[in-house]
Amino acid sequence: MTTNPAPLLSAFRQALAEAWAGGAGLILPFGFFAGTAMLVPFAVGSDPVILAQIGPGFLWLALALASLVTLERLFQADLQDGALDLWVQEGGSISLIALVKTLAHWLISGLPLVILTPLFAITFQVPADQTLPAMAAYALGGLTFFLWGGVAAALSASVARGGLLIALIAIPFYLPTMIFGTVTLTEGLDSAASLLLTALTLFALGVAPAAMGAALRLAAD
Amino acid sequence: MWSRLANPHLFMGFSRYAIPLFYVVGVPVALWALYQGLWVVPKDEMQGGDIMRGMFIHVASAWLCLGLYTGLAVSSFVWFIWRHEVADVAARAIAPVGAVVTALCLLTGAIWGRPTWGEWWLWDDPRLMSTLALLFQYIGYMALRAALDTRQKAARAGAIMGMLGIILVFIVKYSVEFWSSIHQGASVTITEAPAMATVYLVPLLVGFIGQALIIGAIVMTVMRAEIYEQRSAAIMARKLGTM
Repeated sequence: MTTNPAPLLSAFRQALAEAWAGGAGLILPFGFFAGTAMLVPFAVGSDPVILAQIGPGFLWLALALASLVTLERLFQADLQDGALDLWVQEGGSISLIALVKTLAHWLISGLPLVILTPLFAITFQVPADQTLPAMAAYALGGLTFFLWGGVAAALSASVARGGLLIALIAIPFYLPTMIFGTVTLTEGLDSAASLLLTALTLFALGVAPAAMGAALRLAAD
Repeated sequence: MWSRLANPHLFMGFSRYAIPLFYVVGVPVALWALYQGLWVVPKDEMQGGDIMRGMFIHVASAWLCLGLYTGLAVSSFVWFIWRHEVADVAARAIAPVGAVVTALCLLTGAIWGRPTWGEWWLWDDPRLMSTLALLFQYIGYMALRAALDTRQKAARAGAIMGMLGIILVFIVKYSVEFWSSIHQGASVTITEAPAMATVYLVPLLVGFIGQALIIGAIVMTVMRAEIYEQRSAAIMARKLGTM
């Protein structure tokens, strides 16, 4: 099989442009995470002890939501405008294209939370030594969320209004990541939880692209 | 021998006699075990007194919900690789039954947990959470199949999702060993002598066999209905084609 890098590059660029232009650049993801963080004190009260406990968990929810919302139309447009059929004809790896598209969306919609984490840590008065584990956990966890969300999106690519369906399919897969992710936040980077979180991310990186590829191939014919 | 059942005709011939047989053996056996469990065996004060009699349903349904999901995943795999239509029919039939059994397991567990742990439900317990995720997996599987417009698409997407979900079975199984859970570990394992008195073990195992036979009969009944439906659709299509 000849590997032509052109479709990969164009898919990456197109997905990046889509994510960027669709959300007015980086204003949307930053605004989304900052806005959600701002809602936390209103939802749970402004007691600093409670905030430090609940705030990071709230951000996990925001991250999961961000992945579900952005992935709804991840592959639908490709299916409708025929790009998917062209990729299948090209004979290249659909799995790689799907991976690259998912990564592009994660870069725009998931990574901003990692960048904002030090700021949130200060506002929620989380102990300073938890900031670095939190950034690592949000980065790994977000990547896993987007990968599994991508599988759900690929499975329901031919469903017209698949938003809720994607959420229902993806949530059981999010659960282990969320469990280890929250424990990593409190127990730090040399805990068993952080190793298991990394293992889950690597597992998703290995399995999810293959599943996305298989799902997209069957959506195409 | 089992691969012969991939032929719909052979499956129909097999299930025609297997279903009544499963019911005839399964129902009395399950009722006997239930009677033993509810009235005969002495109560165990360690496990909350009389409430532990719910174990004979709870543990059996826990084994069954994991076994059924494994069956769903294996059927998905068989369909994905060899495209045996009966395997897809099986996966489709297992999902609703499995969801009900998982719900039953969670429900009986909650009823048992209230007097013994003092809580109906614990959000931070890995065994409980992963079983709940398994229930969502069953529901999501059914929702995905229902949302896709052709049978073929539903079968393919369902097979991929069914195979991926097998991770959850391992997480549920090992959740009491990996993490500190309030839920007790396995009292009955295949490799070691069971950590359970024989008075309880016999009704539990017999009851499990009885319930497994009943569930197997239900799954096969749903499968037969599905195959009849496909046949009638094929006959209709043929008739419409010749007119």
